[in-house]
Amino acid sequence: MRTILEIIKKEFAQFKRDPKMFGVILVAPVMQLIFLGFAATLDVKVIKTYILDNDHSDRSAELVREFSSSQYFRIDGYVSDYDELTKVMDGGNALIAFVIPSGFEKDIESGKTAELQAIINGSDGNTSSIASGYAASIISSYSNKIMLNKLELRGVKQLPAGRITADTRVWYNPMLLSRYFMVPGIVGLLLTVITLILTSLAIVKEKEIGTLEQIIVTPIKPYQIIAGKLIPFVIMGFISVVIVITAMRVIFGIEVRGSLIFLFISAFFYIFTTLGLGLLISTITKNQQQAMMVAMFGVMMPMVFLSGFNFQVENMPEAFRYISDFISLKYFLNIIRGVILKGSGFTDHIHDFIMIIVLGTLILAISILRFNKRLE
Amino acid sequence: MNSIVADNLTKKFGSFTSVDSVSFSVKQGEIFGFLGANGAGKSTTIKMLCGLLEPTSGDAAVGGYSIKKEADKVKTVIGYMSQRFSLYNDLTVGENINFFGGVYGLYGNSLKERREWILDIANLRGKENTLTGSLPGGVKQRLALGTAVIHRPEIVFLDEPTSGVDPVSRRSFWELIHSLSEEGTTVFVTTHYLEEAEFCSNIILIDAGRLIAEGNSKFLKSNYITNKIFEIRSPGLIELLDSAKKLPFVEDVSIFGNSIHLMVTSEIEEADDLKNRLESITGIKLTGIEVIPPSLEDVFIHLLEGKK
Repeated sequence: MRTILEIIKKEFAQFKRDPKMFGVILVAPVMQLIFLGFAATLDVKVIKTYILDNDHSDRSAELVREFSSSQYFRIDGYVSDYDELTKVMDGGNALIAFVIPSGFEKDIESGKTAELQAIINGSDGNTSSIASGYAASIISSYSNKIMLNKLELRGVKQLPAGRITADTRVWYNPMLLSRYFMVPGIVGLLLTVITLILTSLAIVKEKEIGTLEQIIVTPIKPYQIIAGKLIPFVIMGFISVVIVITAMRVIFGIEVRGSLIFLFISAFFYIFTTLGLGLLISTITKNQQQAMMVAMFGVMMPMVFLSGFNFQVENMPEAFRYISDFISLKYFLNIIRGVILKGSGFTDHIHDFIMIIVLGTLILAISILRFNKRLE
Repeated sequence: MNSIVADNLTKKFGSFTSVDSVSFSVKQGEIFGFLGANGAGKSTTIKMLCGLLEPTSGDAAVGGYSIKKEADKVKTVIGYMSQRFSLYNDLTVGENINFFGGVYGLYGNSLKERREWILDIANLRGKENTLTGSLPGGVKQRLALGTAVIHRPEIVFLDEPTSGVDPVSRRSFWELIHSLSEEGTTVFVTTHYLEEAEFCSNIILIDAGRLIAEGNSKFLKSNYITNKIFEIRSPGLIELLDSAKKLPFVEDVSIFGNSIHLMVTSEIEEADDLKNRLESITGIKLTGIEVIPPSLEDVFIHLLEGKK
């Protein structure tokens, strides 16, 4: 025990002299939080719109007003023909362009179906499908309005058939801000970065400069080296989680609704996985650059993409969904998002919790065995 | 009493044999020199003896413990200073000493006493809070040696401890090694510097993983070199060197500063005889020639050249 403490003491003495370390532990979490919280948004707020109006009628002007008075469409300009329209689209100045054909008003007044063309820049699939959805809903409500007006003019007070409206209530995130989805995920991301990348770097560094060899010739036991090297990163990881949760509250006003204790216990078991992977990386790489590359591109990126951090696991092809079953970050993110946004607790997350423990214990055990073997 | 007994120690890395059935023994308290060219297998042997590498076959007893079966116990009786400086550059002198002391289970007064001793031998008294990375090379080496023996091991392994250190620091480093040996510590040291090998009470030489000579310096010089060695000076030193290599009565020849050392076959006894032969064959004038006692360098060049 005393020996383990000596190593932990030494690790912290080294942290103290390494200003980069403080950057990683203190500054990076808050920076990430701000970037991902403000910039990494999937919300569509402004849709750049151009109009080609060949009808020049009251109806066409009315329709344009319907768009411009909605909070999403911003009419950036009018074009006079298709060539000009193509230029605007090619130049990326418009996300959507509406072409109102001549005879638009005449068709409406004569009771025919009036046609309207919407040209959408589909290069960003997500944004364009959202824009097209908004456009369809504005057009259909405008069309409803016209119909109701006409019926009223004819003296029909009651609709011939009942209509359906959905009364929508959004739980947990009433404003539908993607920030609520992204920010809690950062807690999981950061814990992963610190425990996985920093652990592998710290061990490989000792291997690289030869101090690991100097420690191995002492009567120290392998488990003491492992514990001594890992525990400081557990502590650092938890410190940065506390920082992120505090910053989350101060900057975005997102509070933890559920049990912090359950969150911390889950985090504790989750880092079994990341520490294990960090240890594993240190046994297969020779220097810090290699360790960094393997940790970033070989482990972190696939883990983050397959965990549902930014892409829904349910929408992935079947094979990827099976792979994601072995990614503990997925389960940990479920718990973090649940606890922070929904206030859910242990009983809601028994499956996630068990998976985290099983995967974590397995990975850590394999890594320790491999590390031990390497030392001998 | 023997501190180390190596018995057919062998290490293979795949199909490459780094150390090939090496056997030797080291007496307690002696300074044992382990010599060989780069890649001859010196570091591999030391690593096996320290329990850092497992031998492919053979075994060794270090401090009475088998390196194969009792590696844990071996670690309690040895100190090791690797080729690379392996203290923490980003810790202070005091933190390094305390850390390694702590790892060896020293604390309280016994740690304090050893800390004082290390600070004394490394001339670092009052500089405990200096960052280790900022110390000059020679001081670092002394600090590393002090730290390697902080737990008073019976045996200390030094892997090229003086490479890259200036001559004055090297001299004082060897004084330190002598004082350790006088206190009864067995010192197992590898070195490149053959003049350092003269300080060792016993020497072994390995080449390509095989032991090719052993004994003390005097024995090596008399046993492996029976023929005479001449030191020759000439204005045309390089031409002389090239031509002499091809002569039948020349065993080997090598350049030493502004002279060449030439070992002859047994048929030549006198300096004048050799001078006449060389001048008449090569046409190069010699300005000086004398018989010299062989140095260890002559012995090793002879042994290593002889193998080729």
